[in-house]
Amino acid sequence: MTPNLNLWLIPVLPLAGAAINGFFGKKSSRTAVSTIALVFCGAAFAWALRVAWQISSVDLPYQEYLAHWIRSGSFVADFAFYLDQLSLVMLLVVTGVGFLIHVYSVGYMWDDPGYYRFFAYLNLFMFFMLTLVLANNYLVMFIGWEGVGLASYLLIGFWFTKDSAASAGKKAFIVNRIGDFGFLIGLFLLIQHFASLNFTQVFDSVTKLQAGPVTENLLTAIGILLMVGACGKSAQIPLYVWLPDAMEGPTPVSALIHAATMVTAGVYMVARSHVIFESAPTALAVVAIIGTLTALFAATIGITQTDIKKVLAYSTVSQLGYMFMACGMGAFSAGIFHLMTHAFFKGLLFLAAGSVIHAVGGEQDMRKMGGLRTYIPWTFMTMGIATLAIAGIPPFAGFWSKDEILWKAYQANWIYWLIGLVTAFITSFYMFRLYFMTFFGDYRGVQVDSHGHAHVTRGHDDHGHGEPHESPAVMLVPLMILAVLSVVGGLVGIGNGFEHFLAPVFGTRETVGATGEVASHSLELLLMFVSVLVAASGAILAWVLYVSKPYLPQKIAETLGGFYSAVLNKYYVDELYAALFVKPLVDGSTHILWQGVDRKVIDDSINDAADGALHVSDHVRHMQSGNLRSYAGWIAAGSAVVIAYMIWLGVGR
Amino acid sequence: MNVHLILFLAFAAVAVAGAVNLLAQTHPINSALSLIAVMAALAGEYLLLGAEFVAALQVIVYAGAVMVLFVFVIMLLNAGVEERTQGSRVAILFGIPGAVLGSVLVAWVVLRHSGTGEVPAGALPGVPATIGPLLFHEFLLPFEITSILILIAIMGAVVLASTPPSAPVPPREEN
Amino acid sequence: MVPLSYYLVLSGILFTCGVVGFLIKRNIITIFMSIELMLNGVNLSFVAFAAHWHALAGQVFVFFVMVVAAAEATVGLAIIIAVYRTRETLNVDQVDLLKL
Repeated sequence: MTPNLNLWLIPVLPLAGAAINGFFGKKSSRTAVSTIALVFCGAAFAWALRVAWQISSVDLPYQEYLAHWIRSGSFVADFAFYLDQLSLVMLLVVTGVGFLIHVYSVGYMWDDPGYYRFFAYLNLFMFFMLTLVLANNYLVMFIGWEGVGLASYLLIGFWFTKDSAASAGKKAFIVNRIGDFGFLIGLFLLIQHFASLNFTQVFDSVTKLQAGPVTENLLTAIGILLMVGACGKSAQIPLYVWLPDAMEGPTPVSALIHAATMVTAGVYMVARSHVIFESAPTALAVVAIIGTLTALFAATIGITQTDIKKVLAYSTVSQLGYMFMACGMGAFSAGIFHLMTHAFFKGLLFLAAGSVIHAVGGEQDMRKMGGLRTYIPWTFMTMGIATLAIAGIPPFAGFWSKDEILWKAYQANWIYWLIGLVTAFITSFYMFRLYFMTFFGDYRGVQVDSHGHAHVTRGHDDHGHGEPHESPAVMLVPLMILAVLSVVGGLVGIGNGFEHFLAPVFGTRETVGATGEVASHSLELLLMFVSVLVAASGAILAWVLYVSKPYLPQKIAETLGGFYSAVLNKYYVDELYAALFVKPLVDGSTHILWQGVDRKVIDDSINDAADGALHVSDHVRHMQSGNLRSYAGWIAAGSAVVIAYMIWLGVGR
Repeated sequence: MNVHLILFLAFAAVAVAGAVNLLAQTHPINSALSLIAVMAALAGEYLLLGAEFVAALQVIVYAGAVMVLFVFVIMLLNAGVEERTQGSRVAILFGIPGAVLGSVLVAWVVLRHSGTGEVPAGALPGVPATIGPLLFHEFLLPFEITSILILIAIMGAVVLASTPPSAPVPPREEN
Repeated sequence: MVPLSYYLVLSGILFTCGVVGFLIKRNIITIFMSIELMLNGVNLSFVAFAAHWHALAGQVFVFFVMVVAAAEATVGLAIIIAVYRTRETLNVDQVDLLKL
């Protein structure tokens, strides 16, 4: 007997919070707004925990039907929710990390005039993300997909009076849209060939399809199109360009949406569609290649960035590349494992970065930081734990998940493993670079004077004080909780525990690999050792360059010259896109659509119609001259015509 | 060639001559007199057809009353020779050819089907004794209505042609 | 014996002269006389048809036409007098206030 889990409560509670705060928040006090937001988000988290507690008594996968939606012929898409181990993991991550970030935001955004708006948007985002995760068919998932895009746009452009923030929001939404276009076409193909978007129905049909070139081509097409959507949402090549710009939003937004949850939606979708991908090896290879290349590419850019949040942004892109690489090799559970640990340590990194920014009064340039470990010890410690986690140092969380991926990569194809290893080295290097530049050395920043922020306006730092200060407790507690999770979160992976937990979803398959051999345990340990070594060497290199010999980076940059400036400018990708796509579009739109069609065709046709009417009436006007005789003349002429016609009629008979 | 035809042609010639003369004359009084000649000729035509009552009406009402009215007005208004002013091009260009064309067409049709039969002289019983009953039985309603029409016309003519008030009435000085 | 068509042709000629006169003439009174000429032409064709078809109603119709023509001439001439009083002209081309 399956008890009713009432899954619908989980998304709906944040929606209620968003509605209350959205409609009534403007006139309410900050305490009221934060209470509403935290209560509803916390309630969702509590309910998710309860659901997790109950799954032992429930047959998974569990589906909950809510309401009719589309019934068109044989195509059925309803509002219904689906729960299995995969969505349970995502659920806990989203609600848990989301709740912690809500708590953090109470402190971070306290001085912002748009306080209620922020929490309304944040709760709205939770609603959409949870809809995405709990959906039982692609269409409801697409609602959540689009909705998180919307929430992302709203939150990136939260300080919309700032031009760069508004543009960044637009960029995020538009680039996402491009991905969504591919996603939609994939959905159309699914509808066309399987007459359904329901997960169970589609996956059953896919497995029942006869293997053959036609099937494989179709599934490859669908897989690649779905991957396009994932590229947009999860910032992979070539649609990653919005994520660094998205750092214009407040730091909690960056933590929640662009590190822990929204950008992982693509990974979740690919994992959910694993049945399709497993039947289309080409598509799977595409996923792996894109993931791997992105991981390496973004990591190299992260080396040179000076804005603390931009480094973390490129780091996110890179880590997402790892997740896609894992999925692309058929190791879906490894990808999800890394997703989970990444949510912990990346969320922590962003929140701690926010704490740092808060401490130095809004400055985000790392070159103006330094030596902060004496001023903000708690942030220093938690960020250190996160850095160790992301670098892959045992026993922290990132080590277990990243190592799992590297092990599967080795089994699939050693090239993937090699690139993954190099990327791990680079990751460790730039993360420790960030850590050392921020917390070690001498404080290079401008003193925050009594009039408030000294430079970049972030809108939230107006308390005047002389030196960097620690954040309030409401911001520190989430940091500490996430730090604990970053330490222990990876331990579930020991002994393939996580993989076994997700086995009902993904099946226990050997990874798709070129070698096809079941590698030995000692080889696994050896590779583990190699990756730890690599991570450690990255850290040591960063120490050398940024703590003991800080003059070296400058010399290296000068030596590398053009190559360095290319990397510094993110390989000019944004400029390339602007020249290739944006400029022709804008020019075409201006010249062809606006001046050509809108002005010449539409406006001018109406103007000419009016002018024509004017001219015609000008000529016709002369008919009414008031002259009696001309009237009589017209009458006579007209009657002559009529008579002639009637005679012609009569004579013809 | 019978008398009927000769008489018909004679009267027709007079009528057409009068009509053309009406067009050709410049002074309106000459045109009026030609019109009287036309009406007289038409009265002759009616007699040829046997419509005596109508012929008498033609002379009494048309030539005797309406044309007299015209002549009086010409005298009253002291209408002189009309000047040459800019006319309407449309009238000359379209109207005259149109009218001529129309009439030529009609004439052509009529003459082509001239097998419509012939009208003997005096074919109609046009004495008042036969017209009277028609007038007062079948056509009673139009008869009465035309009498009202004439009444209205009289009133209208009186109102329109009367001299307008010469000066505005001065405001009353009292109260 | 005169064929009916002769009467009709005569009627047509009179009518045409009336129309042409209406179009050519400038004096409003002469134009009115052209109208009377047109009516006469029509009367002739009425009577001719009445004689041809032995329908007495044709003559009655002529009676009514004459009555209406008389009324119309009366009122028309009254209007001409009224217009002459204000415009001081009998030239129809100069009374064109109804133009746009």
